[in-house]
Amino acid sequence: MNKTRIFDHLVLLLGVAFMIGPIAVAFLTSTHDPYEIHMKGLMTSWGGDFVATYDKVLFEKGGFTGKVTGLAMLKNSFILGIGFAVGKIVLSMLAAYAIVYFRFKMGVVFFWMIFTTLLLPLEVRILPSYEVMTKLGLVDTYSGLIVPLLASATGTFYFRQFFKSVPEELLEAARIDGAGPFKFFVDILIPLSRNMIAAIFIIMFVYGWNQYLWPMLMTTDESFFTLVRGIKQILLVWVGAQIPDYNQAFALAVLAMIPPILVVIVFQSWFIKGLTESDK
Amino acid sequence: MKRVQFNRPLLPYLLILPQMAVIVIFFYWPSAQAIQSSFYIEDPFGFGATFVGMANYQDILSSREYLKIANFTVVFTFLVTFLSLAIGLLLAVKADKVIRGSSAYKTLLISVYAVAPPVAGLIGVMFFDQHIGPFVDLAAWFGWDMRVGIDYWDTAIAMITISVWKQIPYNFIFFLSGLQGIPVSVVEAAAIDCRSPVRRFWTVVLPLLSPTAFFLLIINMTYALFDTFGIIDTTVKDKAANNPITLVYKVYMDGFRGNDIGGSSAQSVILMLVVFVLTVFQFRFIERRVHYT
Repeated sequence: MNKTRIFDHLVLLLGVAFMIGPIAVAFLTSTHDPYEIHMKGLMTSWGGDFVATYDKVLFEKGGFTGKVTGLAMLKNSFILGIGFAVGKIVLSMLAAYAIVYFRFKMGVVFFWMIFTTLLLPLEVRILPSYEVMTKLGLVDTYSGLIVPLLASATGTFYFRQFFKSVPEELLEAARIDGAGPFKFFVDILIPLSRNMIAAIFIIMFVYGWNQYLWPMLMTTDESFFTLVRGIKQILLVWVGAQIPDYNQAFALAVLAMIPPILVVIVFQSWFIKGLTESDK
Repeated sequence: MKRVQFNRPLLPYLLILPQMAVIVIFFYWPSAQAIQSSFYIEDPFGFGATFVGMANYQDILSSREYLKIANFTVVFTFLVTFLSLAIGLLLAVKADKVIRGSSAYKTLLISVYAVAPPVAGLIGVMFFDQHIGPFVDLAAWFGWDMRVGIDYWDTAIAMITISVWKQIPYNFIFFLSGLQGIPVSVVEAAAIDCRSPVRRFWTVVLPLLSPTAFFLLIINMTYALFDTFGIIDTTVKDKAANNPITLVYKVYMDGFRGNDIGGSSAQSVILMLVVFVLTVFQFRFIERRVHYT
């Protein structure tokens, strides 16, 4: 009995080492200076350059891109993550409310039109999407960055499923008490959906924050770069350099990882619940 | 839908309008354009387009390069799906068993979910770097001269490793929640009937997990096909020439680097069909799944 338990822990510890090891090494390496890294390879110890490196990456213009600071990219990442999550929740709650709680002729048609968007990820229709954006003049704007990403059905489906599970008696009772559609939505449905909204917010925030391909195409002006988008720039500089600034590259990667990881860890139970219950 | 519903003439249209507007402008319009331009060859200097029927499709499907990439995509998808499912399941089974430290393990194992694919790619590339990468040193120990970014299969191994790493947490979360959903009474009854835990796993636990596993199978395939874009982009570093890439990456390369709009669109349409088949599969299965629970 005891032996198997030790074996279980051993497997789990190996798993943790495999998953967390690279992140820890990335962080530790970012605290050393590039020459040392170049000579000795990746680091598993704490170096002395933590403050200097992160100060440079966050506040100094230049570095990789020549125009934008890490702090500005951090800000853009938050705008994209939060903007996307809020936009998604608002749009999909309203749409799901209409589909579930109203009788209207086009309801079924709309439902299927929304449903179809599940079939095609953005990556597949990337070039025509880009052309549409240039026609609309939305390249290098925050709306161009956020709004097209909202064109998918996932959120609507989560809320549709959830609204369908809300007992019918609630609506009957509310109507008897004279509540209209607006009052019912604001006073009953939104408070009931609180956990659901939190869970979806977390999932969508991480999704928005981690977007790469779309920001890469939509932002040519560096002042709109997000941290994840900045990764591409790091690698481009890399290819030519004699001794690349390994430490700064790792520092930027660490900055790009910390906020979404914190959100997932801190709101773990909501996040897991949202993920496993809504995806089914 | 609900039995009791509101009956207003205009309000539902207003509620659904924002969502529909976004979908029509940013989904239906571009998708229609992709289908349309897949039948045309566009002048590279922007002087109009010529209708060529199925020629773009014929070109693609008879191109040896495309078939090679399609082959690699299948191998890549299979390996990423299989490995990340297997490791995710193993860790979930162990995490379900242990009592001490189980929530710490859980937290540590899921946090990589939040890492963006290109960031994962960047860290992975460092681990496989010629100068500083420990994996290259490790391979050298066994007399293997690993050259990621130069040698086709070495790059493929790096890409697969990073993609698996990134996807394990997702599978772990679902398998763990599936395992915790198995009623205690079933587990206890099985323990009385059968002494061997390994046999119990294969005959009782795994069949009960099969709905979760099947659902994850589809999700992982879509992940390997589409969401790995950032990982591939950072691993091949814009030098796709001798490096392995997937079909989605090829759509991007031809469209944005090669300026072959017709060919890229035709590839998009082919991929649309692949996703369509996968999704139909998924939804038919989800209907069946209801009977399980």
